[in-house]
Amino acid sequence: MSANIAVEVDDVSKKFRLYHEKYYSLKERVLHLGNNSYEDFWALQDISFEVAEGQTVGILGRNGSGKSTLLKCMSGILQPTKGRIVVRGALAALLELGAGFQPELSGRENIFLNASLLGLSTKEVESRFDEIVAFAELENFIDNQVKYYSSGMYVRLGFAVAVNVDPDILVVDEVLAVGDENFQRKCMGRIKEFQNDGRTILFVTHSADLVRVICDNAAVLSSGKMIGYASAAEAVKLYHDHLLTLAPESAITASEPVSEIPAYRPVTITSVDLEHPGTGTRQHLLPGEPLTVRIGFEAFEPVADMVIAIEIHNQFNEMAYASDTEILGQQIDVPTGGGRADLTFDHIPFLDGKYFVAVELKSRPGIVFDRREMVPFEMLNPGRSRGTIALDFRVEIRTASLS
Amino acid sequence: MTEVRAEAGERSPGDQAARDDPSTLSRVEQRDKELAQRATRVAARGSKPTRIVSARVSVWLRLREMWRARELFVFLVRKEIKVKYKNSVLGFLWSMLNPALTLAVFYVLFTYFLPNGIPYFVIYMFSAMLVWNLFQAGLLTGTTSVVVNAGIVKKVAFPREILVLASVGSAFVYFFYQSLVMIGFMIAFHHGPAWSEMWLLIPALAAIVVFASALSIFLSAVNVYLRDTQHLVEVLLVAWFWAIPTVYAFSGRVHDSLQRHTILFIPHTKLIWLYFSNPVTPVVMTFQRVFFNIWNAQSTKLTPATPRIESIGPHVYKIVGTNPPFHAPLAVMAHYPIHWYVGADLAVLGVSILLFLGALMVFGHLEGNFAEEL
Repeated sequence: MSANIAVEVDDVSKKFRLYHEKYYSLKERVLHLGNNSYEDFWALQDISFEVAEGQTVGILGRNGSGKSTLLKCMSGILQPTKGRIVVRGALAALLELGAGFQPELSGRENIFLNASLLGLSTKEVESRFDEIVAFAELENFIDNQVKYYSSGMYVRLGFAVAVNVDPDILVVDEVLAVGDENFQRKCMGRIKEFQNDGRTILFVTHSADLVRVICDNAAVLSSGKMIGYASAAEAVKLYHDHLLTLAPESAITASEPVSEIPAYRPVTITSVDLEHPGTGTRQHLLPGEPLTVRIGFEAFEPVADMVIAIEIHNQFNEMAYASDTEILGQQIDVPTGGGRADLTFDHIPFLDGKYFVAVELKSRPGIVFDRREMVPFEMLNPGRSRGTIALDFRVEIRTASLS
Repeated sequence: MTEVRAEAGERSPGDQAARDDPSTLSRVEQRDKELAQRATRVAARGSKPTRIVSARVSVWLRLREMWRARELFVFLVRKEIKVKYKNSVLGFLWSMLNPALTLAVFYVLFTYFLPNGIPYFVIYMFSAMLVWNLFQAGLLTGTTSVVVNAGIVKKVAFPREILVLASVGSAFVYFFYQSLVMIGFMIAFHHGPAWSEMWLLIPALAAIVVFASALSIFLSAVNVYLRDTQHLVEVLLVAWFWAIPTVYAFSGRVHDSLQRHTILFIPHTKLIWLYFSNPVTPVVMTFQRVFFNIWNAQSTKLTPATPRIESIGPHVYKIVGTNPPFHAPLAVMAHYPIHWYVGADLAVLGVSILLFLGALMVFGHLEGNFAEEL
């Protein structure tokens, strides 16, 4: 039954030319006619799969695996070098929210412009105008110029227009990681609604968890090649297996100091390192593994009653955990000179996702001496359970015959 | 069992309330309607592909996609005009002031310092400037349109030719603003157009718009790969301006000087076609015919006849025309019949349509890599 195939990706390859130096002007082109050095780079190689109507399909892959290129080919922004993609139905691509907004125009004008850019007729926009504005929560600002919008308002308007295009096929790049929590929930709600309507959704992400939650099937890409197309759970497993085979790319190191450094700094943080059983061999932790946060510091004068605070945020910048040594009831007095503090978690209970550690040295009254943020670590869930935290549960079954 | 019943009992009043609430009702109805519409649309579409993305493109498909995006065209034109004059006090008045000031400069220059003696010179020149400004603005903004709108081109899929067409379209809107200035001048000078020949403007405008679009579509695609294009176009336009009879009389200067010279041993009278190979010229002349409307106007500036050497016998020559100086009044306009104008404009239009289709083909070829090159 080819009738209910919504998107057919047929042996698609895409070649990019990577110029060592790109010449745009005539003079440069003529001068460098002989040594026009470039490399061919295949961003996609022989990708074939079919998406049935009404399915939600995830495209999983690390950064640079060709996910976005594939999406751009599907939405017609890029043309494949080889092969073809057949799309049945109206397709709307959410590659970048608010792409094409004109800062000088008002929100109202931008809705019309952007919607027609996405292929909606004026009549359709008019009938949905109020809905779009309500969804974006911009009732009071709709006649203001978009350049005065906050980035959150901008993104909300972009999403509101895009989902109201009424597509048969919705292509979503990693755009949902923006906006506040409330808006994200709204976006997810809208996507669920789309699923219930029987629309086809293509979803690009590197969050395995999201795939497990909303996708029927998923394609796993790695450096331009498709290493598998299977049901969501299997694809996630495949993705994880694939990630586990990869060598650690870069060591996890501390970020730069934050900008708001207090004037009075008797102690500074010199380094923040994360250590876990896999340090040096892999980049991620498995649920339940221990994690040590090693803070190097240097005191310029003796500090009595120092407090070390630690926070863990998830990728949406929501706090997952926060505590400090004061809560633990631990007294820390530091003499002049360097030192090291190891904060050890015996079990990290998160499932998938990227997390960020922030540490802070402060006095007991709360004067911050120094702070480091955004020290990342990644959790990888090899199992098939979903959610955010790893819990154990037992099952006991009692039947009538036993009692 | 009782629990379940209690739950059901609780739910029904709430349901009732929701049904009674008119806003909820209309929303639910709206949604049902939308779903039904979607269902019919999906059914109507059947299994026919809506879009095939591949390396090959047909011109026919491009034209169809462009036609589908006609509303987008309107929005883009509106946007271009709004954004251009946003935050300026005089706003779109600038689109009229700008040519009016240029006109004033040329008027002073060619009336007092380099007099060309053309009666109603303002009208003569402005009727040419109307066409020229349309062509120039369309070509300049059209050529850069894809590069300027890189943000959209890289992120949204739509027929990109629309960007170019919208640039030409906004130039066309400015053309109408400027026509108002023209009307003002004509009233001020008590100078009426040739009402019975007004219809000549239609083929002329069609020709110049299609020609400008064809050229812009081609150049905008080339400009993505070779950014020299836009600068080259700017320079060429400066030269091009002097190749149309704007500040000089067509007959007086072009026709007569071409008749006096033999260039590369080609008989001079044939060379007039070199001048007309510029597709802007017939359109400009049509406008002058309609607005300037004095077909046998004569320049008040007398030009000395060029000395000629005449043979009056074997090995005997005489220089003719220098002593005494012979002054001849020069005709301003070409003395061509109406059908010449129609034919010339239609010829330009025909060639432009062919160029347009060719430009679409080139554009389609180059478009595939726009998103990477920008």
